[in-house]
Amino acid sequence: MTSQTTRSANPTVSRVRLERRLEQPRWLQIMSPIILLGVALLFGAVLLRMVGANPWAVYSRMAGLAFGDAYGWSDTTLKATPLILAGLGVSLAFRMRLWNIGAEGQLFIGAWFATGVALHLLPETTPQPLMLLVMAVAGFVGGALWGGIPGVLKARLNVNEIITSLMLNYVAIFWNNYFIYGPWSQRGFGLSPQFPRTAWLPRFTDYAEQFPFLRGITAHFGIFLALILAIVLWWVLRQTKWGFEIRVLGDNPQAANYAGINIVRNTVLIMMLSGGLAGLAGMSEVAGVVHRLQERFSPGYGFTAIIVAWLAKLNPLAIVLVSYLFAGLLVGGDAIQPAGIAQMLQGVILFVMVGGEMLLQYRVRFGQV
Amino acid sequence: MSTNPAFEMRNISKRFPGVLANDNVSFAAAKGEIHALLGENGAGKSTLMSVLCGLYRPDGGELLIDGAPVDFRSPRDAIRAGVGMVYQHFMLAPSQTVTENVMLGLRDTPFVLNTPQLAAEVEKIGAQFHLPVDPHAMIWQLSVGEQQRVEIIKMLYRGANILILDEPTAVLTPPEIEGFFRTLREMAAAGKTIVFISHKLDEVLSIADRITILRGGKWVDTVANANLTKATLASMMVGREVLFRLDKTPHQPGAAQLALSQVQALDDKRLPALRKLSLTVHAGEIVGVAGVAGNGQRELAEVIAGIRPVTGGAIAVTGQDVTHAPPLARIQAGVAYVPEDRSATGSAPDLSVAENLALRAFRKAPLAGRFVLKRQLMQQQAQKLIAQFGIATPSPQTPSRKLSGGNLQKLILAREISSQPQVLVAAYPTRGLDIGATEYVRKVLLEEREKGVAILLLSEDLEEIFALADRIAVIFEGQIVGDLPANTADLETVGLLMAGEQVEA
Repeated sequence: MTSQTTRSANPTVSRVRLERRLEQPRWLQIMSPIILLGVALLFGAVLLRMVGANPWAVYSRMAGLAFGDAYGWSDTTLKATPLILAGLGVSLAFRMRLWNIGAEGQLFIGAWFATGVALHLLPETTPQPLMLLVMAVAGFVGGALWGGIPGVLKARLNVNEIITSLMLNYVAIFWNNYFIYGPWSQRGFGLSPQFPRTAWLPRFTDYAEQFPFLRGITAHFGIFLALILAIVLWWVLRQTKWGFEIRVLGDNPQAANYAGINIVRNTVLIMMLSGGLAGLAGMSEVAGVVHRLQERFSPGYGFTAIIVAWLAKLNPLAIVLVSYLFAGLLVGGDAIQPAGIAQMLQGVILFVMVGGEMLLQYRVRFGQV
Repeated sequence: MSTNPAFEMRNISKRFPGVLANDNVSFAAAKGEIHALLGENGAGKSTLMSVLCGLYRPDGGELLIDGAPVDFRSPRDAIRAGVGMVYQHFMLAPSQTVTENVMLGLRDTPFVLNTPQLAAEVEKIGAQFHLPVDPHAMIWQLSVGEQQRVEIIKMLYRGANILILDEPTAVLTPPEIEGFFRTLREMAAAGKTIVFISHKLDEVLSIADRITILRGGKWVDTVANANLTKATLASMMVGREVLFRLDKTPHQPGAAQLALSQVQALDDKRLPALRKLSLTVHAGEIVGVAGVAGNGQRELAEVIAGIRPVTGGAIAVTGQDVTHAPPLARIQAGVAYVPEDRSATGSAPDLSVAENLALRAFRKAPLAGRFVLKRQLMQQQAQKLIAQFGIATPSPQTPSRKLSGGNLQKLILAREISSQPQVLVAAYPTRGLDIGATEYVRKVLLEEREKGVAILLLSEDLEEIFALADRIAVIFEGQIVGDLPANTADLETVGLLMAGEQVEA
């Protein structure tokens, strides 16, 4: 080696760089959704300010409406129930990287099946528990069949499930419309006849005679079903052989195949379970809220469920929390003018949370390089 | 070879979170020199070269090209200063021609391309340095060796005077390696500086002028290539004595445990990859499959594991026909498979080490009941295997993606071998591993042979095949073109067979 004296003349440049994190600190994983929610609300506040509103007043009114008292909680629970059920369904499919966008359609078909049972299959005099059980099973089966179609197409012919499940939404909605305007219509309105009382999911307010404080609490027992299923799903994924198979499949399908895990069978099975859970959401809506099949009984729960599942990182227990948050937004947003504010906030939250995921994976570095 | 350094790296340090990848390393090479950079995985070779080619900026130290200090902000800066790197994984667009790939990414490409002129230049560079390649061929039509030539031509066309080659021989056959070495010598004679990254000691000894050894991120020594032996180099690399001879008991084959007859299968492009291939492996023997990459090795391993459909012929494991059986049936029949691609096929990266170790055994007692997993036992089993196979992991709960290549390979071996297989297919089990891990893997394979397992070993390293195998099966274009006893086979015959030549047995 020759020795040469040189002075390094590095020009100093300061810039902002993103560096990939090798480790994600645990605290960050837990805190990030909370921080990001704060950021999203801040962002929404700026937008609210720009349209001349007082963000603080808007937020506190929304929060008050959604979570301020028992009635608020009741309304929020009412909207959280279908979100949890459909969200669980969506998350199950997403876990296996099956992009089931068809929860809305599966929800409608589930509702249709449940309606068929309540109005036609079983007589009005059927005992309530039996009636509800058969309706739930029918709703689940209906959703499962609807979800199974893209599942089979995907597993057997490798047809893109995003397209098929999305398109089947429209088919499902028109199928319902045909029945509520046609065979099941009440004098030409887009409504089926009301269900017999035996086909109503019990509401808390139904027990007001024994427990007066429940008066006016219209939330129904569907929430118990949703909560139980969330816990069951969490346990199944974590503790059972089949749950393990699903997790391997979701993480690396090639490794799963190599380990002897049946991809074809699990694809169909998961799409059916996913659809079945969304179908239960439909059953719970018609039996618990509207008590009949009608047009637009779902304000897009099946689509919001996709956002819910994603934000909850597909964790069944987190889905419950996120569903309540979104239900709160819906309830709080109902009373806000203009009506688009709640939807805008949903959009902002999704945007910030998905974008903010990057902060988990990267570290921002300032300074001289 | 002049004495003026073409480049000089002084006291380079580079830190990544948790590791000091380069610790005060100095490294220089002269014009016209072939300088080998030798070291185990994780020794810091790639990091050092990434600093030289502008991919990383060092945290400390300085870099001089032709005596002048430089500060590379990107590989573009480096190539402008004449430093070009040929990576192990080629950066070529498969659906474009050779010429188009050469001009890809050039800053001064005119709006209207003068392709014929460029093609002529590609041909000229090819002729000058003995790098024959058709400038109009599409990349996907080329063999791996040809693609490597395109990468080198690309760098030369861009005016590289300093060429860094990252394990360039890993993808070449013995005859190709000879031609490649000729190219290297010609380039050196033309005044180019060549940095040759490798951990194959024979090659380094046969081509390098000087050798620099790194270990654990630190510079160990720079030595002229004279009177060096493999043993000295290896001990400098590893920091201790290395045994090259493996003790092996005499070949005593038992029953035929794995039998392929007239097997046919397609590759991913749905072209025939296995053409009526027949092969038998007996209990207690290692059959080494030698061949140039892409002659059906991957497909051979996959049809045995059941993850690639067979279009003709039959496969039997311990006498049972499994030709069309799914992977699970193969596992139950006693086939273990150490796949070529550890992270893409061999493990689920986000699942824990314990879960990955259970990937094969999770269905049965003791790890599971009828439906429910026994996490406690899974944990204990994992701890046992981690200790037994010396897998370096912070805990059994660590996601397997955090393991190094060698440790991931140990994990896969531990899992496959602990299932007590009858047949073990090991595809490139030591690829990319350092000397220590390679020694270990080979020892484990020999132990399994002792236990009476029928082992099919696919390897690109002929030395490995000769050291381990009892029989050498040479694969060429999806057929076994030679099946020789390892103790009488010679390298030359095997090399010729690999190249598709007819050889009188």
